[in-house]
Amino acid sequence: MNDLQELYREVILDHNRHPRNFGELEDANRVVEGVNPLCGDRMTLYVKIIDKKVQDIRFKGTGCAISVASSSLMTERAKGGSLDEVESLFEQVHEMLTSDITGSSINLENLDKLAVLSGVREYPTRVKCASLAWHALKSAIAGSEDKISTE
Amino acid sequence: MSSVLESQNTLSHAHADILALRKDFPALQQDVYEKPLVYLDSAASTQRPQAVIDAVVTHERTNHANVHRGVHQLSQRSTEAYEGAREKIRAYINAGSCEEIIFTSGTTESINLVAASLGKSRLTDSDEVVVTWMEHHSNIVPWQLICEQTGAQLLAVPMTPDGELDLDEYDQLLSDRTKIVAVGHVSNALGTINPLEQIIAKARDADALIIIDGAQATPHFRIDVQALDCDFYAFSGHKMFGPTGIGVLYGKSSLLDAMPPYQGGGEMILTVSFKETLYNTLPYKFEAGTPNISGAVGLGAAIDYLSDINFEALAQHESDLLSYATTEFIKLPGARIIGTAKDKASVLSFTLGDIHAHDLGTIVDREGVAIRTGHHCAMPVMEHFQVAATGRASFALYNNRDDVDRLILGLQRALELFA
Repeated sequence: MNDLQELYREVILDHNRHPRNFGELEDANRVVEGVNPLCGDRMTLYVKIIDKKVQDIRFKGTGCAISVASSSLMTERAKGGSLDEVESLFEQVHEMLTSDITGSSINLENLDKLAVLSGVREYPTRVKCASLAWHALKSAIAGSEDKISTE
Repeated sequence: MSSVLESQNTLSHAHADILALRKDFPALQQDVYEKPLVYLDSAASTQRPQAVIDAVVTHERTNHANVHRGVHQLSQRSTEAYEGAREKIRAYINAGSCEEIIFTSGTTESINLVAASLGKSRLTDSDEVVVTWMEHHSNIVPWQLICEQTGAQLLAVPMTPDGELDLDEYDQLLSDRTKIVAVGHVSNALGTINPLEQIIAKARDADALIIIDGAQATPHFRIDVQALDCDFYAFSGHKMFGPTGIGVLYGKSSLLDAMPPYQGGGEMILTVSFKETLYNTLPYKFEAGTPNISGAVGLGAAIDYLSDINFEALAQHESDLLSYATTEFIKLPGARIIGTAKDKASVLSFTLGDIHAHDLGTIVDREGVAIRTGHHCAMPVMEHFQVAATGRASFALYNNRDDVDRLILGLQRALELFA
């Protein structure tokens, strides 16, 4: 059970139960749909970018606890951030999810609450669940409005 | 009275024989996460008994050479083993001749073969192909592709809320435009067993050809293609205790004979010249290139294994497992069974409260229980039931009631964790 609690930490369960920034954003100027073809999960990310800053960000969709919590935590953290900051955040989260932390330069303390997602690393089949939202965000700040897929 | 007792006795002996089969499967003797493995994903792929593994290894170690090519000893042995497997399959499904048994890479290729070859020769833009909402993607997409190419229309028989085919609607869809009906024998996502006798009879009345996707049926029942009177029947080795990468297309020889080849290459020709190429006879016309020889040998061994099984006792065993699993599962809070057809194979597809199927899958996996989660390559089924994904526990001949108990325990852990 300990292993599982490492993955499903309280913060993740909380964000799954009560996702922050959930729903459509009417005045979004970037809308990206993310799809995980493996499980059929889909999420839509709405971002309002003004003066190279994420003024507002919301998401909706269906997904597993990891995917919903990752989206929720991401919106919480990205809101108000500059595009450069968000880009750097993406890189750090991506590395945290996919690389061996002992050999990595990632400082989990910098990631603050997002560090709860680090447990996903031990579950290779679930990494895509956690990274879907982040790929959608990267695509949104790159200015493309289209579908992205984890495959 | 005594004859009833006797037959009960015989059945309980037969049931004991079924329960003893588990020891034939080495993969089931291991621990995962320090817990004995409970394998409930047989609808995706079954485990193989030692006899199948041995047959493949023996072939690879001592008999491997290309088939139908050389005059040398190994080529003869390899050819005999390959053609021997074909004959075993013919006899097992009661096909009229070995010409009607085409080796493919699996059900998917079998269906693609029929769709491409029949489509080219028989479909026009005024024709219709009928599939169902219950199909696996591999019995939908090949037909979509061929309909795009020929201009034919693809129609789908809807389902009832229980996950059965709506046969009245099926009647409505059939017409003199219907050229092909393609339907699954057993639904992989729901377990529904379709009433093939009725479905085939109606297709016959409409003068349509009928192809059955039997991938999910062969691990549970003995198939008799002549009794069914279907035109084509497709199935996979790895879903019936054989290797991956090998499958079968049964087709009536009169139809196969008239159909153009699916792929060109070696083996499928008699003579090749730039003026004219003459195709080989059946079944080789449809077996271009060097086939999966050891796969066929392994499938032959799986057929031998299944031939020794009392299917009446197996049906009772699997039906007992399904009803036990159903009874225990619905005791859990938030339990919902997806697919409640009257006639079901041993498949339990479900959701549990608002816990996503992927989370359930991960949690029970850590308890040593392997289930499938997701859309099961049947997205129209998920759409019909308005769910993104389900968990699916599928039971095969080697499962037992302890496996069900472990599944329920794993699901209880999920409920605790997400409470």
